[in-house]
Amino acid sequence: MPCPDLNEPETTSKTAGGARDVLSADDISRALRRIGHEVIERNKGAHDLVVLGIPTRGAPLGRRLAAAIGAVEGIDVPVGELDITLYRDDLRRHPMRPAHRSHIPAEGIDDKVVVLVDDVLYSGRTIRAALDALAELGRPRAVRLAVLVDRGHRELPIRADHVGKNLPTSRDERVQVRVAEVDGVDVVRISGGEPR
Amino acid sequence: MTKHLISSADLSRDETIAILETAVSMHDLQRREVKKVPTLRGRTVINLFFEDSTRTRSSFEIAGKWMSADTINLSGKGSSTSKGESLRDTARTIDAMSVDALVIRHQASGACHQVAQWVRASVINAGDGMHEHPTQALLDAYTLRTRLGDLDGRHVVLVGDLTHSRVFRSNVITLKTLGARVTVVAPPTLMPSGIGAWSATEGFATGWDLDSVIDGDDPVDAIMMLRVQRERMSGGYFPTAREYTVGYGLTRERLGRLVARNPEVLVMHPGPMNRGLEIAADAADAPQSVVLDQVSAGVAVRMAVLYHLLAGDESARDDAERSVHA
Repeated sequence: MPCPDLNEPETTSKTAGGARDVLSADDISRALRRIGHEVIERNKGAHDLVVLGIPTRGAPLGRRLAAAIGAVEGIDVPVGELDITLYRDDLRRHPMRPAHRSHIPAEGIDDKVVVLVDDVLYSGRTIRAALDALAELGRPRAVRLAVLVDRGHRELPIRADHVGKNLPTSRDERVQVRVAEVDGVDVVRISGGEPR
Repeated sequence: MTKHLISSADLSRDETIAILETAVSMHDLQRREVKKVPTLRGRTVINLFFEDSTRTRSSFEIAGKWMSADTINLSGKGSSTSKGESLRDTARTIDAMSVDALVIRHQASGACHQVAQWVRASVINAGDGMHEHPTQALLDAYTLRTRLGDLDGRHVVLVGDLTHSRVFRSNVITLKTLGARVTVVAPPTLMPSGIGAWSATEGFATGWDLDSVIDGDDPVDAIMMLRVQRERMSGGYFPTAREYTVGYGLTRERLGRLVARNPEVLVMHPGPMNRGLEIAADAADAPQSVVLDQVSAGVAVRMAVLYHLLAGDESARDDAERSVHA
């Protein structure tokens, strides 16, 4: 049974045009710290925040972001995972994906400021699904979106509030986000496509 | 993933585990205020039941509804079958309405396999005669995994009317697929013919003496009492109900000995229970009993089955390579 990873980057380009690293482990860590500060600034503190990572790789990034915010403000920021498999609009067109569990912090999301965290923002469809999933869990006061990489090519009117790095890409390029908790290494890599 | 679920043997170990793991997240949905997810929006699931059923039919119906599929129940009694229409015509008529899945319970063994040859829809076996009941085996495995974790090497004992039991057949296959050790116990008259060859190939133990299994060298992790199916018996399998209970019922005394060997032992029954016959009320309501957990798992497991059979498209399964990041 084909069970590809949810966040496995797109098109397996056959014309591999030399992979290059665009973010190192240090870059990722700095980006998350900066996003943490941005979230706090925007929210005027860390009160009422709930950080929800979107599996697979958004989940560990969410935990790191929550830890970064907590370290600045000296509190524990509630953090969880939001699985959106059952809300995808492309299930019919793509191979079977196993559904994972969502973990929502005990305090819930009603009247909270939810910060969704994902690794790559691309078409926007994952985030659309995440918004649907959130709506059935409660009514947040606000929802913000933090992504490590925004690679463009949106298909829906969705934008990120906090971006680790904007990476203009072509559609036949492949953006790979690797995080230590899942892959044993922190790196963002681009491969495939025409040499730029 | 296979298109149909006719037999528990249609599922590999990986597929079985994928369904059981998906069922965990489906079970989470059940505890939510809003239980519906849009996953199967636009899909149609027909429950075609030629035999009585409470829990299987209602749980398939709820499972479909919570996944946003349109579910319709047809019973053999109220349909054209009672006017003399053949199973083939009934199945093809429904299939001609472009439904996505047919969930079928039928009194004839092999009915679902037959229907699968005739229709385009996915066929899910909800119990066919004395053959199989794969979703029951999945929910039993789910219940066991919730309590015991990995089933590799666990000792599960099935007791009772094996001859007439589709639950037993599917359970043996699923439990062996998941690596459990299985012992089946029945009176000689209710031991299926040919079980010797099957137990040899599948690798499970058989016995006539429940007490020697309970007191044997191999402590029991779970004991599953099968229902004495009076509606399938024309008599002569055992002299009296009392004698059956003495030999093969899970009495308070037997439960006591099981618990003495393994305080964590689980008592299971696929329902409906004949209290006082194959299971004493004391055992059915004991802290070791997970009978209600089995019912509660029914919806989640059937949601997972519908998801795995229906959510992806045939064409999409072919190009697993081109998974698109959204």
